[in-house]
Amino acid sequence: MSHDDHDHDHDHDHTDPPAETALRVKALETLLTRRGYVSTEALDAVVDMFETKVGPRNGARVVAKAWADPAYKKRLLERPTEAIAEFGFINRQGEHMRVVENTPRVHNVVVCTLCSCYPWPVLGLPPVWYKSSAYRARVVIEPRAVLSEFGLKVPEDVEVRVWDSTAELRYMVLPERPAGTDGMGEEQLADLVTRDSMIGTGGTRTP
Amino acid sequence: MSRSKEFAALVPDGLKTGGDPVFAEPWQAEAFAMTVTLHQAGCFTWSEWAETLGAEIKHAGADDAGGARYYAFWLAALEKLVTAKGLASRGDIDDMAAAWRDAYLHTPHGKPVELPAA
Repeated sequence: MSHDDHDHDHDHDHTDPPAETALRVKALETLLTRRGYVSTEALDAVVDMFETKVGPRNGARVVAKAWADPAYKKRLLERPTEAIAEFGFINRQGEHMRVVENTPRVHNVVVCTLCSCYPWPVLGLPPVWYKSSAYRARVVIEPRAVLSEFGLKVPEDVEVRVWDSTAELRYMVLPERPAGTDGMGEEQLADLVTRDSMIGTGGTRTP
Repeated sequence: MSRSKEFAALVPDGLKTGGDPVFAEPWQAEAFAMTVTLHQAGCFTWSEWAETLGAEIKHAGADDAGGARYYAFWLAALEKLVTAKGLASRGDIDDMAAAWRDAYLHTPHGKPVELPAA
């Protein structure tokens, strides 16, 4: 391994195989599907519930703490991987996190144009559309049009920044704290944070 | 009981935050989903599953007090039940895992990784 390996680029000749455990899970899935013991639809139904209900709750807790605690927000923006690890959300593959903050002037949105790199520890499993070639290709070229298809109208005077994830660096959006939430605790605030608001394709809930 | 509560009840307390089960990596969710689906299809009873998983965890003893290796035990238990029930042999799983590794190594980055047809 070279001393500057944090700068290295994707190796395009092959795809790094996942860890042995993940390979064995894939092997089981292939065998059991081919033999008709399980269907991909049934597996997807179970996973889907967790993808929409479970994973993003981690990120929501991080966002809520950043809204409630200015010192934590500073740590989260300056040293995101470490600040997120304070919750025990640790990326075992060792990728670094970067948190990009929405402001009245800037709206951030996250994509992985190359494949479907995603911040698993904070957002869980990526939604199907995130992995689609349509989203990956179009959000870079015409982000405002794509966002409006998600029902998100970004005012003309707000700059849209698109962040392209890599195998080594994963992005999460820190949405703006909604108005009318003064005095709310972290638990209540976390309920306002949606998965899509942390990808940048949706808004937060209003109290 | 709702489906979501039913699934949540299967995950040990140590792995939940705010009452929700948490997966650290996608393969854990996939192993979890396979177990639930096989059980629902009648391939094994839930008590058979609990017994097999319990044996794996007990075997590790105090090694995994924090639950970090919980899904590694989960996968080991799933492989044991799948082979015990004759759904697939250990050799089948080894061969298929090797085929997947090979598929990754021969797929350019960014392209979908697919197995050659069976």
